[in-house]
Amino acid sequence: MAAHVSLQKPAGKQRRIRILMAKPGLDGHDRGALVLCRAFRDAGMEVIYSGLLVTPEQVARIAVEEDVDVVALSLLNGAHMTAFPAVAKALRKTGASDIMIVGGGIIPDEDKRILEKEGITGNFGPGTPLKTIIGHIADRVEKKRHRKR
Amino acid sequence: MVNKRKRQSFWSLKLREIGTKRASSPIASADEEGLRKQIAAWRRRVKLTNQVESPSGIPLREVYTPQDMPYFRYVSELGMPGEYPFTRGVYHTMHRGKLWTMRMFSGFGAPEDTNRRLKHLLENGETGLSIAFDMPTLYGYDADHERAKGEVGRCGVNVSSLADMKTIFEDIPLDRVSTSMTINAPAPVLTCMYVATAQEKGVPPEKLKGTTQTDILKEYVAQKEWVFPPEAHLRLIRDMIAYCTKHMPYWHHISISGYHIREAGANAFQELAFTLADGFAYVDLGLEAGLKVDDFAHRLSFFFNCDMDFFEEVAKFRAARRIWATAMRWKYGAKKQRSMLLRFHTQSSGASLTWQQPLNNIVRTTIEALAAVLGGTQSLHTNAYDEAWALPTEESATLALRTQQIIAEETGVPSVVDPLGGSYYVEWLTNEMEERAYRYLEKIESMGGILEAVKTGYIQREIAETSYKRQQQIEKGKTVIVGVNKYITTQESPIKTLKIDNAVQKRQIERLRILKDQRDSRKVKESLLRLKSTLMDTSANSMPAILEAVKARATLGEIMAVGREVFGEWKGPEAF
Repeated sequence: MAAHVSLQKPAGKQRRIRILMAKPGLDGHDRGALVLCRAFRDAGMEVIYSGLLVTPEQVARIAVEEDVDVVALSLLNGAHMTAFPAVAKALRKTGASDIMIVGGGIIPDEDKRILEKEGITGNFGPGTPLKTIIGHIADRVEKKRHRKR
Repeated sequence: MVNKRKRQSFWSLKLREIGTKRASSPIASADEEGLRKQIAAWRRRVKLTNQVESPSGIPLREVYTPQDMPYFRYVSELGMPGEYPFTRGVYHTMHRGKLWTMRMFSGFGAPEDTNRRLKHLLENGETGLSIAFDMPTLYGYDADHERAKGEVGRCGVNVSSLADMKTIFEDIPLDRVSTSMTINAPAPVLTCMYVATAQEKGVPPEKLKGTTQTDILKEYVAQKEWVFPPEAHLRLIRDMIAYCTKHMPYWHHISISGYHIREAGANAFQELAFTLADGFAYVDLGLEAGLKVDDFAHRLSFFFNCDMDFFEEVAKFRAARRIWATAMRWKYGAKKQRSMLLRFHTQSSGASLTWQQPLNNIVRTTIEALAAVLGGTQSLHTNAYDEAWALPTEESATLALRTQQIIAEETGVPSVVDPLGGSYYVEWLTNEMEERAYRYLEKIESMGGILEAVKTGYIQREIAETSYKRQQQIEKGKTVIVGVNKYITTQESPIKTLKIDNAVQKRQIERLRILKDQRDSRKVKESLLRLKSTLMDTSANSMPAILEAVKARATLGEIMAVGREVFGEWKGPEAF
């Protein structure tokens, strides 16, 4: 679990990963989202939680205001195909398409492919180990920061 | 701080009673002396190395004997089935006399889709109905609302108006079937829709049998499908209790639910304690509405989860019955036996279902269903194996129903009441569950009651803590989930699942357009104005005004919008 360790000791001046955990829709199932908030924090990230019942537009606004690297979206209500791309669109609209989006929930394979095309990666299903999710986020941030340098 | 002597709460008195009972060692007979020696010798012989805890974190011995509960008294702690304190069951002959109701939680897509599923299940031996609504309905938005986009019919059936409710129950005799509706924030509106549907079929409210969940307290801490602030919802529930007590004598107006508390991450005794705390709050609410406890307590029912912790679950159900009966009798002064009965529905655990190797879920559900039956449930929903993926298909839902039917018809389990009663382990564990629940009840009361505990986020934090710990145990492999963190299959083969088409939303929106075109809009406007003034007058009962609006064809969203305007929306405490 290399990613996990390197996160807790950020190299040099590199800032810690700032992540917004969000549930963009009518979905009160926040058990997973709350577990992830704590897991991200324990992995050394700075975590902001959107709270419940936010709209995709509100998620994008919080992401920009909080200057996050990543937005992590969680929905278990089957609305991911509407809500996740809506967040991507709202971020593009505010000129913040550099903010990465990762998703999770009950997402069938055929939906995953479509979401990937929108730049929404991960799309982790139930039972995914936390380290897989954290590793995926760390990798994406690392690659992007590397490209910028 | 002022050092004020606090009046002893009922719960702390119960805890003291338990402590005293434990401390008093009974007179040892020759037989008990022999037992003590035998156990001591056995412990010397047996090498015991590993510490084992129950899934709730209760340390467990290798074996239980009479020595683990020398204070145990049959008459006061168990009694006979159907008799106080009802530990062994609420009815004399339990499942031998009458099987539990097989009630499959169903609902998806448009109302006609759900109507077909309900009729299919009834034709296959289901004995009660249970309706699952979609997210927009649960939050009180119509299908054409901006917030409903992409969500219509996905997690349950969409109901935007009375017309939808009528479609769900087409060709279903409402005077003969009982219907449970999992609806909370908009419960008064859906109740009125059901009443209006029945009335149009010629069935009067006093004949209707069924349940609305209505339990908003657990929404704030677990399922989080609230709309208004707690005080506003509690006032509407107060109105429902009063209205249903008067007009719907066979209606269970609240189903006090632990199910969602457990799904949100609580363990077995947290589920037990928080659910009972909510239950007592509703008793207080009924009293506040001016009712006598014996006039309405028997219409309160419960809804528990049944997870994989087989013995904990059985113990939890038994403890629940005993605590409720004890408190109803001694804390609330109930005189009638029916007020003391904790009757409950059970659903096998959704959270225990795995997305990986989904067929394993059939086995999990079977074990959970068996525990629920042995725990003395009054009705049961068994999850389908594909529910970690999607809403169940007709085939998987039928298989889930068959699971119950096999337990009922082939195992012989229903023949004897509370067959696990008297097991040293089960009795000890029942006592443990009870004591741990009393501790929470006392703590909640000392915080100023459940409403305070909810608004400050105490309950939410307790649940989140347990849930995070459990996840860590899974990550470390200390808690095993077959197919997820052990015995993993590298290549999962996909299963056929139910798909909800976006066309459902379009159809529902079109229906709303036609409805709004055809209805008497002046009548709708007037009824909503009357509703508004009723909601603003806290002493008024809101139910007649809601029923009037429903009958005038006001939509769910329009009715809830009046509430949103009067009460505002609730945000909830910081969760993280």
